[in-house]
Amino acid sequence: MEKLYTKDTQAIFWNNNTSAIQRMLDYDYTIKRKKPSVAAIVAPTSGSKFEKFFYGPDEIMIPTFKTTAAAKAAQPQADVLLNFASFRTAYDVTMEALDLGGFSSIMITAEGIPERLARKMNEYARNKNVTVIGPATVGAIAPGAFKIANIGGTIENIVQSKLHRTGSCGLVTRSGGLFNELSNIIAINADGIAEGVAIGGDRFVGSVFIDNLLRMEKNPEVKYMILLGEVGGTEEYKVIEAIKAGKITKPIIAWCIGTIAKHFSSGVQFGHAGASANADAETAAAKNIAMAEAGMFVPESFNALPNKIKEVYEKLKAEGVIGEIAEPDMNVCPSVRKSKEFICTISDDRGDEATYAGFPISSLATPDTGKGIGDVVSLLWFKKQYPKWATDFIETVIKTVADHGPAVSGAHNAKVTARAGKSVVESLVTGLLTIGPRFGGAIDGAAEYFKYADDNKLTPAEFLNHMKKEGVPIPGIGHRIKSLKNPDLRVEGLKKYAAAHFPSTSLLDYALTVEQLTTSKKENLILNVDGTIGILMVDMWRALGYSEEEINEFISSGTLNAFFIVGRSIGFIGHVLDEKRLQMPMYRHPMTDILYDVQEAEKI
Amino acid sequence: MAQKAIREYDGKALFSKQWENYFSGFHYGFKSVLVSSGAELLEIANKHGFEWLKQEALVAKPDMLFGKRGKNDLVLFRDQKPGDVTLAQAAKWIDEKSAHNTTLLSGQSGILTHFIVEPFTPHSQEQEYYISATTVGEDDVLYMSAEGGMEVEEGWDEKVVEVVIPISMSDADMEHAVKANIPSDIPAANKSAFAAFAIQFFKFYRDMNFAYLEINPIVMLENNNMAILDLVARLDDTAGFMMRDTWGEIEYPTAFGMEDQSPEEKAIADADSKSGASLKLTILNPMGRIWTMVAGGGASVVYADTIADFAEANGGSISDLANYGEYSGGPTTSETKFYADTVIDLMTRHKDPHAREKILIIGGAIANFTDVAKTFTGIIQSFDEKAEKMKAHNTKIYVRRGGPNYEKGLKDIKEAADRLGLYIEVYGPETHVTDIVRMALEK
Repeated sequence: MEKLYTKDTQAIFWNNNTSAIQRMLDYDYTIKRKKPSVAAIVAPTSGSKFEKFFYGPDEIMIPTFKTTAAAKAAQPQADVLLNFASFRTAYDVTMEALDLGGFSSIMITAEGIPERLARKMNEYARNKNVTVIGPATVGAIAPGAFKIANIGGTIENIVQSKLHRTGSCGLVTRSGGLFNELSNIIAINADGIAEGVAIGGDRFVGSVFIDNLLRMEKNPEVKYMILLGEVGGTEEYKVIEAIKAGKITKPIIAWCIGTIAKHFSSGVQFGHAGASANADAETAAAKNIAMAEAGMFVPESFNALPNKIKEVYEKLKAEGVIGEIAEPDMNVCPSVRKSKEFICTISDDRGDEATYAGFPISSLATPDTGKGIGDVVSLLWFKKQYPKWATDFIETVIKTVADHGPAVSGAHNAKVTARAGKSVVESLVTGLLTIGPRFGGAIDGAAEYFKYADDNKLTPAEFLNHMKKEGVPIPGIGHRIKSLKNPDLRVEGLKKYAAAHFPSTSLLDYALTVEQLTTSKKENLILNVDGTIGILMVDMWRALGYSEEEINEFISSGTLNAFFIVGRSIGFIGHVLDEKRLQMPMYRHPMTDILYDVQEAEKI
Repeated sequence: MAQKAIREYDGKALFSKQWENYFSGFHYGFKSVLVSSGAELLEIANKHGFEWLKQEALVAKPDMLFGKRGKNDLVLFRDQKPGDVTLAQAAKWIDEKSAHNTTLLSGQSGILTHFIVEPFTPHSQEQEYYISATTVGEDDVLYMSAEGGMEVEEGWDEKVVEVVIPISMSDADMEHAVKANIPSDIPAANKSAFAAFAIQFFKFYRDMNFAYLEINPIVMLENNNMAILDLVARLDDTAGFMMRDTWGEIEYPTAFGMEDQSPEEKAIADADSKSGASLKLTILNPMGRIWTMVAGGGASVVYADTIADFAEANGGSISDLANYGEYSGGPTTSETKFYADTVIDLMTRHKDPHAREKILIIGGAIANFTDVAKTFTGIIQSFDEKAEKMKAHNTKIYVRRGGPNYEKGLKDIKEAADRLGLYIEVYGPETHVTDIVRMALEK
């Protein structure tokens, strides 16, 4: 890997840290990225499916998932994990991601992961060739391409520190706070940075100075490097070794902070957990001397660092190593933005012509388009273009359920309301409000229970037993008069269509084995029209490639009932118009048809 | 949060609690008490289970993290001859030793407050061994020697065998490596028992999340009886959240001779433990004239570095630096006010002996996400209350900060200081982070 991140890099963000994610998206918008840098959020306890963020003046939705595995499956191109879990869980999250694979780098923000766990995690990542940034870090940035979370601070500061476009310095620090400061110093005294990493303050961090500097050595955009070390540890000596071995040839400006420590014998911890000198060689002063001897540019103090940077930068510029950097166009994030109250993902009326899921209405409406109601449903309900066998099936269903005579309760209610002088819409909704678990609901129920039995591989006998225990009659089974010998022709029609046109009918096949068992007990316990519709809808979705979870969601959100509602509305409206035409009077139920049994109320 | 030293007593208690899980086949009679005075020792001796204090010859020594207690003549194990110390003598010795200040050969000085008392274990030099484990670089290292006792530090390279155990090494490989490296001068009869003990010692060290664990000497007596004569241990306290039940209540004492924390340092540490933000304060010299209130861990180091550089270069000394510390991680306004109150209060207690002005450095790098104006509000509230005291000490205030909302923060603090008649200079990100130190100290 010669560059840590590119302009196409996308991350999975573990933990719904909305302000940090918003900062990433503000950055993306500012530098005109094509795709947002966060592809998915892992929020184990969240129930929602997406989180809204601003993208410049507009809003976008980023999908959320309960597990890293689900996020990675949905966004396989996202090869950076931003692990914002707490110190309690950060280890587990990292290890899970390493086992999943497909990540090129993992950034860990938690401070204080147990040292033994941190060592295990870092070693495991190294063996899998995954770059770990952190733990205990604010992250890394490839200016003009990709920025992790809060690094660089506010968008104003980012632009001020020239972190919005590629410069020529490779920056590595331990501290996250000083990373920002160094970026600012580099912007003032040189031309900004090409890539920067804060490696983290804990004693055991994944990638150390040398790992990052060796990568920057290969990165053609990096012309020189700045290393800001700290008292404690021997990591700086590895860099010295690499210079001596000729593995690093680009100039390095280096300084180790913590020179104060020499004034205090023991007991005062200056800086991070990683910062305490156990030997003379680990003191800041010794490291500064050693780095200077190895040919690095070492200032006389931290306060003199800006001048040293200016000196080296101007020298490289004079030598022609560094050229002029063109300032790119930027977007400017509006300072005041209002979050939108409603979201629409199915149709759009903002253009010349309103569209259904991207298709102008005129391209679907007239007969010459070859599109039918089934196509409109597939676009507006499912945001997909279903194949003809499926749209035809949808239309078949709508036609099949359109009416079932005036006696069923929904039609009866609609008729009674119409006779009370109410309007079409009032009468219609009265009928529709009758639809539920007992009226029309068998479609939903059949799909749900048969699918459950099929998913769990229950034999027909086990399924019947299960329903008995639940105390529920099997939805979709049974007819008032029809039987195997005297079949319901609507059902036969549906089955025939499915057999001829569906790629497969696994759930229907299963349901028919159940029917064999139920009809052996009682003749009229056949698979009825509601059951057949519900079950074939599941088979349709399976054949269209939906996952079982997605189908379960269609069922639980009431999508099946919706087909019945659309179809039966046609019938109800017919009955209402019929009443209007006939000018039937107000209906009163005959008293002779009511059993009166009223007792005087007891006093309690 | 880092590696923390624990008392010998607590280390032995942890061994005892886990003994059967790790060292079954060996025996360890955990007879140890930790006391602060002779009276406390006499009182414990009357309790059930501690009859041995009256029945056996005793050894007493301080248990305050420092080593070389023998060389410092702080181990009581003989009156007339080794192994004849009675309970009464031990109690008297403890009272004598804690009655006055003790200065160690290392120069550390303080009052002895904690003593460990144990039975005297008669044994021969040949039965003493050395064993320890710690992390070196990325690996664990197990150290073993056939020679226990204090002599081991002289001639470490000849006497001690090191076994490097990488973090990913399997137990089988580890056991093989330990067995293959048992010091050759351990008597043949003891070799396999020592190897078995060493392997379990390493697992115990590893599983208990020790950062360092040393027994010097470990004594192998008859019938696999083990005596832990001296123990030094540091725990990785970041593992505390998953080790709470196993470790139990373990105290992390301050190093001997380090002054106990002042009430102010304790109050800040207490506020830190209750806050999601980070608040740290160490008083280096209460008489010092340069006081700092720096945001951020890395920044607090470079300010301290730079103050040392400029103080020395301008005729002052490192003793001018009064404190070290930081506030970071988005502290609330009231947390910042409390921190500022504490620092300003300490700063205005003593006049500078040379009648120089006091310098208050309110510094910080460019914040990533901390709202600068919000934190400065807390500092301004503190100014409001303490302005007169600050003026009485000729306080000069130097401010440098960047980050979210910094313009407002800088403007607010400048206005407040001007309104209160305080001397102040205010700088933003265009000024180098530590350059205010130069401005304050350069003559």
